[in-house]
Amino acid sequence: MSAGDARSGSTGSEAVRDVDRSPVANADVCVVGAGPAGALVADRLAADREVVVLDAGPRFDPADRLARQERAIRPSDARPDVWDVGGERDAHTNSGERVYPLNHARVKGIGGSTLHWQGMVMRLHEGDFDSETERGVGADWPIDYADLRPYYAAAERELGVAGASDNPYAPPREEPHPMPAFEPSYSDSLFAEACEELGIDMHSVPNARNSEPYDGRSACVGYGTCQPVCPARAKYDATVHAERAEERGATVIDRAPVQRLEHDADRVTAAVYATPDGEEHRQAADAFVVACGGVETPRLLLLSESDEYPDGLANSSGTVGKFFMDHLFAGVGGTLDEPTRQNHVGFYTSACDQFYDEADAETAPFKLEFFNYAGPSPVEMALTGDDWGDALLERLRDGYGRHVAMGGLVEQLPRSDSYVGLDPDRTDGHGNPVPEIHWSVGDRALRTIERANEIQRSVLEELGAEIEWVAGPDATGPAYHHMGTTRMSDDPDAGVVDADCRTHDLDNCWIASSSVFPTSGAMNPTLTIAALALRVADDVERRL
Amino acid sequence: MELTRRDAAAALAAVGATGGVALAARRTSDGPESGGDAADGEEGGDGDEDGDGLPDEAAVRASMTAVATVLYPSEVDGVEAFVGRFLDGRLDGSAHAEGVRTAVGELDATARSWHGAPVADLTESDRDRLLREVGADTAEEDPDGTLAERVRYYVVNELLLALYASPTGGELVGLENPQGHAGGTESYRRGPR
Repeated sequence: MSAGDARSGSTGSEAVRDVDRSPVANADVCVVGAGPAGALVADRLAADREVVVLDAGPRFDPADRLARQERAIRPSDARPDVWDVGGERDAHTNSGERVYPLNHARVKGIGGSTLHWQGMVMRLHEGDFDSETERGVGADWPIDYADLRPYYAAAERELGVAGASDNPYAPPREEPHPMPAFEPSYSDSLFAEACEELGIDMHSVPNARNSEPYDGRSACVGYGTCQPVCPARAKYDATVHAERAEERGATVIDRAPVQRLEHDADRVTAAVYATPDGEEHRQAADAFVVACGGVETPRLLLLSESDEYPDGLANSSGTVGKFFMDHLFAGVGGTLDEPTRQNHVGFYTSACDQFYDEADAETAPFKLEFFNYAGPSPVEMALTGDDWGDALLERLRDGYGRHVAMGGLVEQLPRSDSYVGLDPDRTDGHGNPVPEIHWSVGDRALRTIERANEIQRSVLEELGAEIEWVAGPDATGPAYHHMGTTRMSDDPDAGVVDADCRTHDLDNCWIASSSVFPTSGAMNPTLTIAALALRVADDVERRL
Repeated sequence: MELTRRDAAAALAAVGATGGVALAARRTSDGPESGGDAADGEEGGDGDEDGDGLPDEAAVRASMTAVATVLYPSEVDGVEAFVGRFLDGRLDGSAHAEGVRTAVGELDATARSWHGAPVADLTESDRDRLLREVGADTAEEDPDGTLAERVRYYVVNELLLALYASPTGGELVGLENPQGHAGGTESYRRGPR
């Protein structure tokens, strides 16, 4: 068996296969993290460069996806269990005023958190790149929408995005989406009547989910469990690019958590990683791309402290780990006295960006969503409760079928008192301090949640709904979008990476992650992560 | 409302079991006296144990079918064939299949102890009473938990998941494409019928 065969053999049982996790000789590029950012960078560079990707988590067997779907439906499995998150590897602590449920918010493994994501892919608005200038709060990005625009288009092609050009509030685009948008749902038609009365515009929403066969993957077949698992692979996940990178010659090593980055004053020299056999290895390369998300990226830099960088690698600015942000959820739900046909699919098909660009210093940008999965899923209801037979069926019929709900995401401003650090009192299975999450949310975001609730409530009242729940400022939670912890800035004293996402301190180290976002906007971050990753790949190639 | 072969296939697909191949392999190895026709419900399971003290496959099938007649609403027909086809794929030699077999064995042992006969030989009302006496009605499912929690996981919720992830089970509730069923992207657009 060749080394390549042994590495690819890690899809099978390790009890019967000897997986080669040794370092790759003469590597040009070492990518840390095989989520969407890392996988896209690896795929872009693999044809012409010797690329190695290291990921802390496993290579999941695609054949297990239906079994993972069963976990998603069964009440005995918590959400982190679906993709084997938790345990010593994923230990963390919370110290902020709000608890951040980190292990609900991430997946470690080849594909990363796209394995469990919802798959919504919007571009940030032009004003999101100039928040300080345009809105008087936050920070300006050192790049603007025009810089990222061609990469957005490329990212849409790479991920496969189903969308339409019917959104008058979206930023300008240069070509149609790669696939037609999913048609509106029946409940969208109910919302449309109410919204028309209120002067609220509805439009389609871009999905990284195949509305028709695309890139060798099937169209959506409607399993309805998009979040946390798509058995059909119709929803994009980063295994697509990890596998393609391997086909192009990259080496992807799973279960290889990077412990620290060895370095001298201005270059990273090696990634030191552990393997399941208890060994440590040293992967040298000419260039390093850290793509571990908004929590593990700053953690790795902090763990790589040295005499040269006593406060953490690439942390001359003191901003590594600072400005941790997420999007805040705002929602209202209730019931109608008529069927609403919910829970046929696990994604939404209509949204409203009408109020997004009204943002200023007092009110954050926010977007609104019209759910197709309001209320309980009957099969999940059936697995709890103390009834069965005719009594259970009666409960299901009473409980299902008339729900409506709207959701929304609200921008959180970057704050220095919202951060990811290291907890010196707790270590993981390798003896490294675990991440300490200190999540703080400011008044602007909380006020904006109230504003979003006000609109959502008006729509549901116009529909004639009996309102049953409100996710307002007191009940809000994170959307599981980790951002901001290695922010981008032209000023080396104000940020970790420059406009090219290359660290100010180290000439051969890039960060491809939502951790570079100076502000978050209110759009789901993955398309921007993907666009930045493609831009990073171009810069790495240019400088190698 | 009739449960069909399509429903059983859909229920199996929802949990990642495929049926046919595993069925062929198992029946070949079981031999002619394995009770391969157990899905017709003629075998009561009393004393039908393999050498490990656990019920053989015929007894598992008989007991699961008997429990399903209690768990499923009276509106559905074809329960026996549906459960049989579902178990064709589900009893595949996996750890989960072994868990089902073990839980059924314990439930049958309890039935014999408390009611003098295995589950399949009890009246429907006694089967209902047994499940509640065991505590499977109020237990939260747990594959590694108490008897009540394991019966809830491997027997009660196993069968309820099979039914309500199937198209016919979904239609009973007014949802023809229930979660777990790959029912396409048409139905979410349709209004009520």
